[in-house]
Amino acid sequence: MSVVLMQHALLLAMVLFALGTIGVLMRRNLIVMLMSVEIMLNAAGLAFIAAGSRWGQADGQVMFILILALAAAEVAVGLALILRLYQRLGTLDADAADQMRG
Amino acid sequence: MTIAFYIAAAVAVVATALVIINLNVVHALLCLVISFLAVAIVFYVLGAPFAAALEVIVYAGAIMVLFVFVLIMLNTGGAAIQQERHWLTPWIWVGPVGLSAILLGEFVYLLWRNPMAAASDVLVEPRQVGALLFGPYLLAVELASMLLLAGLVGAYHLGRVDRQGADEHGGKEQ
Repeated sequence: MSVVLMQHALLLAMVLFALGTIGVLMRRNLIVMLMSVEIMLNAAGLAFIAAGSRWGQADGQVMFILILALAAAEVAVGLALILRLYQRLGTLDADAADQMRG
Repeated sequence: MTIAFYIAAAVAVVATALVIINLNVVHALLCLVISFLAVAIVFYVLGAPFAAALEVIVYAGAIMVLFVFVLIMLNTGGAAIQQERHWLTPWIWVGPVGLSAILLGEFVYLLWRNPMAAASDVLVEPRQVGALLFGPYLLAVELASMLLLAGLVGAYHLGRVDRQGADEHGGKEQ
């Protein structure tokens, strides 16, 4: 694979990661924030795949599989937490959960 | 063949931008699925067909189904009925359908042109990935399995329905 293609793939990963970051910072809906975190994890996986493909090694795909497992575990716990917050607060607004009451 | 990469990359960026500017969560979810499918085509073009298949099956399939289930459970009542009315207007789904039609055309083109090999001159086969996963990375695989087990237990504990009604009193967690 050419170097230019890898550079553009890394550029795509950077753009997707930036879009995910903007989503986390800009939106206050908890589900959309979790989806933005998924976008960022996916962009990290894309960077691994691009680097692994550049040098023809399978390590990039191994790292992508590990990121996949991490994303699955993270989204399961995150969605359970969101359900819990919704039962307690009755809203999906992240700013409604800004107080801790021990 | 690099043109397929750029088209898929453009579709991925547009779909991701639609995710973060879409006010409706279900529409954002639809655009996110399209974004993952576009990234899967990027993986295929980069010579990683196994990762592309996993992206479609796990990301666009399993994880998005989790989101859909939670959205079903969080049915927001009257607002949802208002949303249903807006969903029936045709212009809502024209954008996502167009993006996925581009992806479908690209997919058919890639398969028709060269069904066995990927676009890139470097092709990393699933065999190499598997040999590496259960060779040098065996400890990482075990750690990932422990992480998934912890995630399962944590999600079960958090998602359990509380019979004592501790939530309404805002009180003590067990």
